[in-house]
Formats: sequence, C-alpha cells, structure tokens
Amino acid sequence: MPTYNLKVNGEKQVVEAESDTPLLWALRDHLDLVGTKFGCGIGQCGACTVHVDGTATRSCLLPISALEDIEITTIEGLSENGSHPVQQAWKEVDVPQCGYCQAGQIMTASAFLETNPKPTEEEIRIAMNGNICRCSAYNRIQRAVAIASEKIG
Amino acid sequence: MATENNSNFSRRGFLKASSLASGGLLIGFNLFTACKQKAEMPIDITKLNFADFNAFIKIAENGMVTIFSPNPEIGQGVKTSMPMIIAEELNVAWKDVVVEQGVLDTKNYTRQMAGGSQSIRFGWEALRQTGATAKQMLINAAAAKWGIDASSCSASNGIIKNANGETLGYGDVVKEAASLEVPEGLTLKEPKDFKIIGKDAINVDIDDIITGKPLFGLDYVAEGMKYVSVARPPAFGQKISSYDATEAKAVNGVSDVVQFGDKIAVLASNTWAAMKGKKALKVEWKTDDSLESTSDHDKKLYAILDGKDLDIRREDGNVKKAFAEADKIIERTYDSPFLPHNCMEPMNFYANVTDEKVHLVGPIQTPAGTARRIANLIDREPKDIHLEMTRMGGGFGRRLYGDFALEAAEISNITKQPVKVVFSREDDMAAGIYRPAIKYRIKASIKDGKVSGYHLKEAAINSNMYGLIPNFFPAGAISNYKVESGNYKSNITTGAWRAPYTNFLAFAEQSFFDELAEELGVDRVQLHMDLLENVKNNPDPKIEYSPERLQGVLKLAVEKSNWGKTENGVYQGLSVYYCHNTHVAEVADVTMENGVPVVKKITCAVDCGIVVNKLGALNQVKGGVIDGIGHALYADFGFNNGVPQSNNYNTYQLIRMGQTPKVDVHFVENNIDPTGLGEPTLPPAGAAVANAIYKATGKRLTKQPYMNNMEVASEIVG
Repeated sequence: MPTYNLKVNGEKQVVEAESDTPLLWALRDHLDLVGTKFGCGIGQCGACTVHVDGTATRSCLLPISALEDIEITTIEGLSENGSHPVQQAWKEVDVPQCGYCQAGQIMTASAFLETNPKPTEEEIRIAMNGNICRCSAYNRIQRAVAIASEKIG
Repeated sequence: MATENNSNFSRRGFLKASSLASGGLLIGFNLFTACKQKAEMPIDITKLNFADFNAFIKIAENGMVTIFSPNPEIGQGVKTSMPMIIAEELNVAWKDVVVEQGVLDTKNYTRQMAGGSQSIRFGWEALRQTGATAKQMLINAAAAKWGIDASSCSASNGIIKNANGETLGYGDVVKEAASLEVPEGLTLKEPKDFKIIGKDAINVDIDDIITGKPLFGLDYVAEGMKYVSVARPPAFGQKISSYDATEAKAVNGVSDVVQFGDKIAVLASNTWAAMKGKKALKVEWKTDDSLESTSDHDKKLYAILDGKDLDIRREDGNVKKAFAEADKIIERTYDSPFLPHNCMEPMNFYANVTDEKVHLVGPIQTPAGTARRIANLIDREPKDIHLEMTRMGGGFGRRLYGDFALEAAEISNITKQPVKVVFSREDDMAAGIYRPAIKYRIKASIKDGKVSGYHLKEAAINSNMYGLIPNFFPAGAISNYKVESGNYKSNITTGAWRAPYTNFLAFAEQSFFDELAEELGVDRVQLHMDLLENVKNNPDPKIEYSPERLQGVLKLAVEKSNWGKTENGVYQGLSVYYCHNTHVAEVADVTMENGVPVVKKITCAVDCGIVVNKLGALNQVKGGVIDGIGHALYADFGFNNGVPQSNNYNTYQLIRMGQTPKVDVHFVENNIDPTGLGEPTLPPAGAAVANAIYKATGKRLTKQPYMNNMEVASEIVG
C-alpha cells in the first residue's frame, strides 16, 4: 500500500492508503478525525467540507494522492477549543438541530468570510447554498454567518 | 397544581435512591411506570442499572447535578429540554447541571424512543415529579441535620435555607438524603414561578458539535472493527441468483465477502475499500416478484379512489343525502410521491457478536424493539444484548426501523468479527423505508351558502392513516362527514416519515378549504372560524383537536402576518392544522419576481402549551416549516420497474438556503401541559405556500412536488 505525506491541521501525517482514497475517508478512517462528515460522496451536500490551502473544498471527491504537502484544515483544527468567531457565532445562535452537517457549514462559512468579511445577506445565501441542512436550520445558519462577520469585523 | 392536564400520575414507588460509594446521591426513576419492588439501586456510578430504571440523577458532594437523559437525540432537542424540566423542580441553577445521554437500553424501557413528537408530552409530569421529589429529599435531610421541621425550610439554586438563615448546599446532605424515605404528595410549582422552563437553553452538546467531536454513530470506532458495505437487490422484487467476489476480494483492504439472505456484505479495513469492494462485486439478480413502477401505482391508487372497496374510518350524518340535496359539489384529487428520509447521517450500525454478549452501538430511534428483534434474529437471550445509542444525524422516522442494526448483527454473527455497516447515500436512498405515495380525493357539498357535506377518500401504498386522523379537523365541524381509506400492497417498503400521513393530508385539505372559501364567496379566515364554532358544541369525545386553540392560532397568525393588509405584489396563503397534539396556523407571503413565485416569508403561530425551551422550540418550528416547504416544492421520488428513480442529490433535490424564506414564529402563551414540536409545523406549510401561489398565479396546485407541476415552478426560489 502506498504512503502519502499529508499536512493536516498544521501537523505532518503519514497515511498508508490506496491513491484514490478520498481525503474524507483518510481523515475519518486513517487519522481518526471524524469531525468531517460523510453525506453524499458526490460533492453535492457539503457535509465533508474542509479547507485546502484555505479554500472550502469537498473532501469526498479529493484523492489523497493530489494533496501531498498541501495545507489541509478540518473542523478539529479550525481553532483551539471552538474559539473561532464562526464557531462562537454558531453557539450564540444555537444553530444545530441534529448537528451532523454543521462542521461542513462552519468550514464553508469560515473560508467564505476570509474572502468576504462583510457580506450582504444575499452574498451569505449564495455562499452557503452548497451546504444542505436536512433539519433546515437555514434561518439560523444565515444569522450565525452574519454575526460571525461582525465578530471578525 | 395550576397546569391543566389529564394525566393520573402515580408517585408511589416511582423513584429510588442510593448513596454512591464514590460520594454523592443517586436517584433512579422510571418515566411512565413504577419501579419494580425488587429493583436495586447501584452504588457504583459506572454500573448504572438501566434494566430497572430508565433514568438517573446524580447529585455530587460539590452540588453538581448530572442528569442521564433517557431519550435519544435526533435533533429535536429533548436531551436539553427533558433535563430542564427536572432541574426546574429540583431548584438548581441550569449552569450546575450536566446532561449525559442515558447510556444504553436493554429491555425495560417503556418509551426510550423518539417519534410522534411525544417525548415531552409523555415525560412532562414524571420529570417534574422526579425533580420535586429529589428536592424534598434533600430538604428533609437538611432539616433532620438541623433537628427542625422540614416545612420551615426551603431550597433554591441548590441551597437549602431554614428560618434562622442557616444554609446547606445540596452536596452537603446527599449522604443523609439517600437513607431517608422517599417523600410523597408533593406540590409542583406554579408555571408563574418557573425559572428554567420557558427560558432559552442552548443545546447541551453545542461545544462538541461545533468542534467536530465524535458524537454520531458514524463516528464510532472499536478495536479491530471492520467497515462493511452491503450490496442489496437493486430493485424491489429482486433476489440474488449468483455472485462472483473475485474482483471484490482483490481490492486492497477488503478482508471478507459474505452472503446473508439476499444481500452480500463486503468487509474491509476502511470505508473506502468496503465501498470499492462492493462496486467490484459481480452479482446476478433474479426477479421473483412484480417489478413495480410509479405509473402502476398511479393506476392502482386511482382504481381504489374510483372503487367501492374502501374502509369507513368515520361517518357522521348522511353524506349521500347531503350530496343529493346539494346546490353545488366540488371535488378535487391530490397526489403525492414517495419520499425517502435522507437523514444527513446515512444509516449505519456497529455490532460485535461474541459468545459472551452482543454489543451494539449506533443511531436508533427504537432501541428496545431493535434489541428484541436482534435477539430473535441471532437466537440470543435478550439479557445478552447490550445496545448503546449515539446521537443521530437526523431521523425523520427512518431510524425507527432497525433494519441496518439487524444487518450489522447478522454480519457480525456470521463472521465473528466486530463490524460497522455503513450505507452510502445511494444505499440510503435505494434501501429506504419510504413515505408511501398517497392520493386523496375530497368532495364537498354546498347548500344555502354553507358546507353541508364532506367526504375524504385516501388511497395509499401499503397502509392507511392511523386511527386518530379521521377525528382531526374538520371532523365535528360539518354535520355530514365521512372518511374512507384503502391501500394497495406493494413490495416497496414504506413507513413513518416526519408527521406520517398528515405531512400530505394537511396540504390536500387546506388547499381544498381555500378553494371552498372562494366558491362560497367567504373570507378564508371566516370560513374556518365559523366551522370551528360548530365544533364547540359537539359532544363527541373522539374529536382530537380543540376548536378554541385552533381559532387561537388562526387569529394570532392573521394578526402577525398582516393578513389581507399586505402591500401590493405580496400574495398570501393560509393553512391551519392540528396534529401531534399541537395546533398550528401558517401564512405564506409570496411575491412574483420575473414571472416566478418566490416564497419570502412564513408567519407561523403555534399552540404547544407551555414552551419548555424557547430557543430549541423555535429551531424545531422553523425547521419543520422549511422542511415542509422544501418537500412540497422539490421532492420527487418514484420507481421504474422496482428501481428508485433517484439515489443521490444530483437528481433528488432538497431545499437549500437560497430557496429558504424567513420564518417568523409566535407561540400562544398559556399554562397547558406541553406537547411536542418535532413534527406539527411541517404539515401546514405546503398548503400555505400553494394557496399563496394560487393568489399570485391563478393556478391551483394539486400535486407535489409543485416544481414538476407548474410551468414556471422549476425556478421557484425563496
């Protein structure tokens, strides 16, 4: 089995897996980082969103062979103890219902606010449109992104 | 007690206490039933005896309170709201309370399940009594220590006070309290004195969720565990003929391929290898039953509606005569597709079957029933089964069915290895237990400007509306009233889906009433107010809803939505509905943008009695409304020769943020015992939107999803 050198949350990790293994499963099954969730496997739901070189990316479609020495950040590495403004806004608004999609939502929102720290309501709705929340906590997600933007402000 | 309720809760013997060896007081209790005489309390906190008690409260020597919440959490908030009810009567500060999921269930849980929006409704009285009893035990212990009468003592925020101003913390008297008699005949708080109930409490798992901690079934890992992907017949009506696993076994990481029944399990060292292994299987399937298509179902269901072979579910007066004497008759037929549940966390379960015991871990809404079924399936004693519940990434009814847990147990039993079955999204949508496709035909007669008769027929796949539904509105409001139902038995598996039956019935009826009001030339609100007035004198105890409470939510929604007074270009639709013991009215505001209807806002009025946790309740209400709109607008699911037409989100559409309206929620304030919120705001949403779209476009919608049934609807956005 080939091995790959990944840089996850600032740490070097060696993963021994097939070259086509998606980052999602390398994180979950090989590195015990299960905060990144499996939702659809075809890049449609956003549950598996991580940051690859700072950009929100679907980890279910990304083979580990393409990721050597590229900076990967997962929900576990977004902050120490949930202190990132987006995580704090999520808590303030009490966003989650079942909570399963929220790591992906938070990773999408945090990358988005890096590029657009003061978005309009419409920009938030467009940016978050790729992440499905089956419990439909959309009103709160939208509000939490707006509050996070103020915190970053 | 000031709250209105109909329960006859008996306190006798429902609670026991012990001193923990490690210090602190442990109280064990059973929601809904008394404790067994012989039930013994553990003194070791790591050995909670869930066979005899279904919930525990631990009060530590430092005063911290740990509540082991018995009900599984699927996102409906009970892991937060049920302990809030205990803490309220116990008189402790919410910040001093820690909540842990009741570890596991074996066999004696009477209702350790989530479904039907009933957790809060059934738990309300028992949880309050438990909190109040624990508080009194602590007060009694303090009084004994002081050598005074307990009636001169009081407790608040975990501190007991006497008339001399002396104080003792709960933690100071836990040891003494454990040896005292369990007090009885306690008075519960007046709702006006509630300090925790009715306030906002953030979901107790919030920190773990926002930091990605392992909480869900899919996150569970055990030493030596194999990940399993299961190949199931691609079409309903098919079975295995033969298979070749050579290529599957050649996939790096695949360790084993085994057949069980008409399924094949691929075991591997990681999920990706298991999924690849499954794809590499060469399976010949044979057809040994009918391969059904949606077009067949349509014909069968229409034949039921047209035929005479229906079961009468309720009949008042003489509908036939009302129709014969009518000035006018209106009839409409409403169609719905099947629906998959699509929990974001795909079905999964861990099982480790050994000679000693059967260890099961995963997301399940029915732990007790599933444990029993597994015991039967693999021929084990129920006492061997040890089932742990994890948090659930959504349920919506799907996790009531333990099929995925049974698969895991069977595979582990065959292979003698710890296994975790993981469904892919395609597996999850194709091996569903779907909301059945249903058609309703509603016919009403008008005589002298009034509704004189109402006849509802239901034709459904596999099973019909449950027994209470025929007694929902408009039962009792129209003197000649009849509900009939029939079904077609299909080999496609169907079951409960968030707000079973009412999730579509509410659309049919509330769309129909909109049309009826127009036909009568009366205001839509007035028609409902008048019909509900008729129910007030109806002595039938079977009538499920309260006409006063339905009128209450209707008035509140009308007021808060500016019904009939909106600016130009805003079109409104109304829907009012009772189900799951909760009364709801919703008004949709729709505008036309570039010729396309856009759902801008929903005003939702809810009467669920006392609201336990407002923050959580708002989330449930809004989620239910948007879920209802999303499925009504977009969700289409059918079959072609037994094969589901969609199996992932590239072809099956769930509502997304860009399509989501703002939901404005208003609760009716009263002191009535609380009812659940997981389901009842979903059913009315579809009709509110459809009725508003009618006002905006002049087109009546009778089929879901609307997207497929109006020219411009593929562009409907929120």
